[in-house]
Amino acid sequence: MNQPAEGAPLAGNEIRDTKQRYSAGVLKYRQMGYWDADYVPKDTDVLCLFRITPQEGVDPIEAAAAVAGESSTATWTVVWTDRLTACDTYRAKAYKVEPAPGAPGVFLAWIAYDLVLFEEGSIANMTASLIGNVFSFKPLKACRLEDIRIPVAYVKTFKGPPTGLIVERERLDKFGRPLLGATTKPKLGLSARNYGRVIYEGLKGGLDFMKDDENINSQPFMHWRDRFLYVMDGVNKAAAATGEVKGSYLNVTGATMEDMYERAEFAKELGSVIVMVDLVIGWTAIQSMANWARKNDMLLHMHRAGHGTYTRQKSHGVSFRVIAKWLRLAGCDHLHAGTAVGKLEGDPMTVQGYYNVCRDAVTKQDLPRGLWFDQDWADLKKVMPVASGGIHAGQMHQLIDLFGDDVVLQFGGGTIGHPAGIQAGAVANRVALEAMVKARNEGRDIANEGPDILQAAARFCTPLRQALETWKDVSFNYASTDTSDYAATPTAL
Amino acid sequence: MMTNPTGRITQGQFSFLPDLTDAEIALQLDYGLRRGFAWSIEYTDDPHPRNTYWEMYGMPMFDLQDPAGLMVELRACRASFPQHYIRLMAFDSTRGVESIAMSFIVNRPAREPGFMLERQEVDGRSMRATIRGYAAERPEGERYGD
Repeated sequence: MNQPAEGAPLAGNEIRDTKQRYSAGVLKYRQMGYWDADYVPKDTDVLCLFRITPQEGVDPIEAAAAVAGESSTATWTVVWTDRLTACDTYRAKAYKVEPAPGAPGVFLAWIAYDLVLFEEGSIANMTASLIGNVFSFKPLKACRLEDIRIPVAYVKTFKGPPTGLIVERERLDKFGRPLLGATTKPKLGLSARNYGRVIYEGLKGGLDFMKDDENINSQPFMHWRDRFLYVMDGVNKAAAATGEVKGSYLNVTGATMEDMYERAEFAKELGSVIVMVDLVIGWTAIQSMANWARKNDMLLHMHRAGHGTYTRQKSHGVSFRVIAKWLRLAGCDHLHAGTAVGKLEGDPMTVQGYYNVCRDAVTKQDLPRGLWFDQDWADLKKVMPVASGGIHAGQMHQLIDLFGDDVVLQFGGGTIGHPAGIQAGAVANRVALEAMVKARNEGRDIANEGPDILQAAARFCTPLRQALETWKDVSFNYASTDTSDYAATPTAL
Repeated sequence: MMTNPTGRITQGQFSFLPDLTDAEIALQLDYGLRRGFAWSIEYTDDPHPRNTYWEMYGMPMFDLQDPAGLMVELRACRASFPQHYIRLMAFDSTRGVESIAMSFIVNRPAREPGFMLERQEVDGRSMRATIRGYAAERPEGERYGD
């Protein structure tokens, strides 16, 4: 940490005497103006909540000021060129620091950023500031961006989801129930012709969507054009067989934007309603693909491949709720947001928080769900969250109780692994879904009566009976690594 | 005869379940009314998946309080169009939704011949797909033996 300037009169507070403030040397960040306990955040400020773990002996307020400094204008030493600018407005202000509940040595730091710091409509720019250099800063052992409040003024510079979940439902003609999907398995190795078979069987059996997995791009066993051709024949054949609109997320992720545009154009030519990209393509590529999707009336499915490398540990990285907010602004229509009950990380309330971020008109502060700020979405379109990974028909009541109707429930193994085949697996899931929605609407308490409702439906549906029997004991009960700090809602901030 | 597992068109919320009884339909209507939705009846003899605009059997019943009122209308619609597809749709006027919140089929023709997939081979190995209803060959009103 920086040592205070020689003779600094008020170690720990902002130095207001300009001669002293700008004499060559190093100052504490709080002396440079990055800490202001009296600061009242403006409606137009970007607000961030960081979870910081300072190194031994580093004062938490100085650490918070350092985060504010390193994520805005500061460098390690005083520079006279600051005085050529309206530098005070460019300095982010740490304005509150509190010990993190139940975590000695860990602190929560609230920081406000003036809107002038950010380029309109650019997630790349916002992230370069907020999670740029600061995460490698030596005086901190660990740092996590826990939540963010994006002001309405900034929200309005983003176009958001190309389609949004309301228009998606209108295009698909599917209302009042969760959508059903499945990821084609095995993920790797199927020839395009065999792959298309899985698509056709799943969709004809009753699913709304099938899906490429994140790492299906264009490998030696299946060239992307071959996959698209066979998949779309399966999609169209299933639409004719059922009289329903069907889709399959064609993963257009590629090495370059040119590759992705080429693949997306071909998907469009073949009449696909949806294309898919992986989070690993990066923010700029995501915004470009969102523009393409907007221009071509295409749904854009986002598979959050890679997010676990920085979202999962509570002490360091970026919370997925922040990633979800950025993705809603950047513009995707579907976003994998967790299952709570499946094989992948996420405790139920925290996951519900992600869903709220995707679907709310205004997200209210909700500490048990990990939502620290009110967030007005300014009528930005809504993202359809996707629950995928290790879920099966026997959990239908839990999934609908947790997530409601506006969600895509994806049962990959839970469809394709059905003992009587893929169509039977799809039937089991669709019957379980419709039976549960009907029962809920009739006023039944599905959280408690769910298993009975499923058993009753299984009496007229053999595939559902087989599914319930096959997966009856499957659950993934492990402790979550990322939970909210509060079990009950304390008073507002 | 359609070859999908239900043997019928699977549009709407409840096509995979046994047909809803009138009492069960009324419970769904009640659920929608409690959430402030406006119910509407629509019918068609062209159930093509891209046929968005079925015929309206009257306007959405914005001021309806009791499911019984809509059930009267539904019975009248079924009497007029026994061999048509009839669906109930709930409209949600909430800002940011302003769309359909529920939709399910409550009447079908006795025989559902379904659709054919026509493929047109174009450049390279590309394909253009067209879905055509077998019953749609005949004029409106004569498609399902009304």
